[in-house]
Amino acid sequence: MARSPILRVIAWLWLAASVVVLVIGFRQAIFLAPTEATMGNLQRIFYYHLAHAILSLVFPYVNLAASLAFLYWRRRDPLKALSADALAVASAEVTVLYAGICLASGMLWGKPAWGIWWAWDARLTTELILWLLYVSYLLLRRFSPTGQVGVLSAVLAVFAGIDVPIVFMSIRWWRTQHPAPVFGGDGSIDPAMLPAVFWNLGGWAMWGILIIGLRFALERRRQLAEQDAALLAIEASLETPQ
Amino acid sequence: MRYARYVLDHLLKDLRLEWRSRDSINGMLFFVLLVVVVFSIAFDPAGYPTVTRQISGGILWVGLLFASMTALNQSWTREQRNQVLEAQRMAPSPASALFLGKVLANMIFVLAVEAVLAPIFVVFFNLQVLGNAWLLALILPLGTWALVINGTFFAAFGLRARNRELLLPLIFLPLSIPAVLMMVQATTGVLTGDLDPIQIRSWITMLAGFDIIYTTAGILFFDTILNAE
Repeated sequence: MARSPILRVIAWLWLAASVVVLVIGFRQAIFLAPTEATMGNLQRIFYYHLAHAILSLVFPYVNLAASLAFLYWRRRDPLKALSADALAVASAEVTVLYAGICLASGMLWGKPAWGIWWAWDARLTTELILWLLYVSYLLLRRFSPTGQVGVLSAVLAVFAGIDVPIVFMSIRWWRTQHPAPVFGGDGSIDPAMLPAVFWNLGGWAMWGILIIGLRFALERRRQLAEQDAALLAIEASLETPQ
Repeated sequence: MRYARYVLDHLLKDLRLEWRSRDSINGMLFFVLLVVVVFSIAFDPAGYPTVTRQISGGILWVGLLFASMTALNQSWTREQRNQVLEAQRMAPSPASALFLGKVLANMIFVLAVEAVLAPIFVVFFNLQVLGNAWLLALILPLGTWALVINGTFFAAFGLRARNRELLLPLIFLPLSIPAVLMMVQATTGVLTGDLDPIQIRSWITMLAGFDIIYTTAGILFFDTILNAE
């Protein structure tokens, strides 16, 4: 599938386009966006942090959709189900990556800006739980017995997808009752900073799609190699000695 | 009403099996007692009475969480001996009846442990409930159901896995974090009397919502899990 020349060309073009957008985003964020009043240049990490934060809330739903598709096609069209499973694992891994980068960049920003590495406020706690949920998804894939990996992880993905809004609501209600220092402030963004925000959001979204695509292709190749090996094994067992 | 009959059959089977050996219940009871003692050493209730009341809700639920995990893994191993699991899969009754029966059985076991634990807790932590104690009769079952429904479901994931005991906490705990938050907040609100009744009610409502959502999801998906190959 990925050996098709058209797809390769598209992938290379997408990579080039992503890099271009990321470079523009870098220039916007580091050089063109106005310096923030209180935090100075430290605030520029926000453009990366926000992009990864927003995307880390989008990719889990790609995982959810792929998992539901897998469960739907599992008995009806096993080959499509395999593709869905590959997309599910690819998007889960990129979710863990983006959520991890969001948390790490937040901590790097928080320590110099507010003096603390971490605060159990609503946003950080929710993001941490999101990260934990998808790490548990990846661990389940590793620990499941072969042959059941797809099904078990798809069901966990559905439960995790249901959990994300529940986590968001409950943690927010908790922090309405017991306010904690808020990282990031809730002020609205100065319009002069918006281009940097959007270029980075677009760039990291394109990059995320690219790496999901690459991981998907990798997983598909692994699945096809497994199928070929299984077929060889079956044929070998069928050969009658002459 | 045949479905209810199936659920009842599965429930009675689990209760009967448990009654014969009483492994799970004894194990859980002693485990939870040990947890209470360890937490008492760790947090010193006598030295910090106010703080103790504020954290006792948390300690109660964390203790129950870990105790129920020890029992949950075991609850499915019963189905693995003598190829019982294959028989269950071939049986005409819906798989969700097996699931509900087991959840109800686990619920009864954990509630039994709680009934023993609560007085011990009150004694060791010198607890006086400052809020409306009757609310605890609502919060404890709702919270226990949240733990048991997800725990029983995820324990079934490990049925044929290598690291079954390790797998359950890894997938169960992240998902249950909001439920634990709700139960602890509600319980602490009642114990300390710090929260308005309206706030306690919203935690209880959220917990009930969590229970309903995950009970539905568990019933719908259990058949998929049981026939995972």
